[in-house]
Amino acid sequence: MAALFDYSAQLLEGAALTLELAFTSLCFGLLLGLAGAAAKMSALPWLRQSAHLVSNVLRGIPEFLILLICYFGLSNLINTHFAGTLSLSPFAGGVVALALVFGAYASEVFRGAFLAVPKGQLEAARSYGLSRWQIFWCVQLPQAWRICLPSLNNMWQNLLKDTSLVSIVGLEDMLRKANIAAQFTKQPFLFYAAVAVVYLLLLAASNPAFAYFEKRANRGYASPA
Amino acid sequence: MDQLALLLSQSWPALLDGLWISLQLLVLSCVLGFALAVPLAVARSSPQRWIALPSRLFMSAFRGTPLLVQIFILYYGLAQFEWVRDSALWLLVGDAFPCALLALTLNLAAYMAEDIRGGILGVPAGEKEAATAFGMSRLMVTWYIVVPRAIGISAPTLGNEIVLQLKSTALASTITVLDLTGVARRLSIESYTTDALLLAGLIYIVIAAVLSLLTRYGEMRLNRHQPR
Repeated sequence: MAALFDYSAQLLEGAALTLELAFTSLCFGLLLGLAGAAAKMSALPWLRQSAHLVSNVLRGIPEFLILLICYFGLSNLINTHFAGTLSLSPFAGGVVALALVFGAYASEVFRGAFLAVPKGQLEAARSYGLSRWQIFWCVQLPQAWRICLPSLNNMWQNLLKDTSLVSIVGLEDMLRKANIAAQFTKQPFLFYAAVAVVYLLLLAASNPAFAYFEKRANRGYASPA
Repeated sequence: MDQLALLLSQSWPALLDGLWISLQLLVLSCVLGFALAVPLAVARSSPQRWIALPSRLFMSAFRGTPLLVQIFILYYGLAQFEWVRDSALWLLVGDAFPCALLALTLNLAAYMAEDIRGGILGVPAGEKEAATAFGMSRLMVTWYIVVPRAIGISAPTLGNEIVLQLKSTALASTITVLDLTGVARRLSIESYTTDALLLAGLIYIVIAAVLSLLTRYGEMRLNRHQPR
């Protein structure tokens, strides 16, 4: 247990990087998801079909493989086409991979949520003379947000767990720090168990956060008695 | 595309070996995981707290931590203790393949148990009452009525879980198992390109598509007596 104390600063640093990676990927993933959902509901058939194809492909490949392809593939791409020796940082590779996976799932969830907003709402907004942007921002998004929050909670938890994969490509996240500590102290069980507990706590902490969001998003609705 | 075809023509035996390992991991972990998930879900739904609590702890531990961490705990972590290395448990966690299989099975069991629990909650009370009225004991009601109905109700999510499990098997490559991802990683390192990884990705997509067709068919068969 004393060993755990010695490495606690390192592990905390790793945990901070894990969270940083998760939040960065979440931001890009949400944007990708919205863009994907918009493409899936587009009036242009080729855009709709290619959006469905891309999201199905991304959801059929293991996250780990996507990470490896993004990390090594993007570096290769940059080096061969731009004749540089630029190498993509593991952090950027991780964000690209995790955001792509998140976006692929989110686009499907957002599409469902936008379709679930009653049509009458749209017609009412249009007859009030709201612009297309106003309709999206003030009528569609808040209601779709409310519908997709439970799924977003699930996807966020998966994203947080998937960040552990970046330790394989050498990013110094919590799991990689535990790897290093385990090698030095010969106490792998202790450190991996500690990492597991931190993940449990982080995931447990996101439940009340989402409960708050859900309460806020549902404030215009009567609470089910 | 030409590069991928060339790679496939050169290294298909290795990829096929990897695919075989991946499929073994998938099928075995699904069968064992499902067998474990049913009693877990029944225990979790028990009104007796001391029966429900252990299964609840198991489920939140395995659903609340990354699979990669679980694999590392089983493979590297348990080796720390001498009593594990001297016990029969070592047959399971001392070797990479059985250890990966164990981690995948326990992880899947936790997720499936949660799905089946949802199904148990969805079994209409009237069916249970009817069974009791027929003079069935509680055990019989659970075994002949509640569990089959719960599996039927949760079939769509269970099928989804199987497709997701295919993607989880890729993590076995992190503890030196040469599954499809493991072989692709080795080929990719040897050739300094990502072609092998892309090829493996294509193979995964094809298998995922086949799996989702199979699970949809299984779902239909399982609920064929239900009115639509």
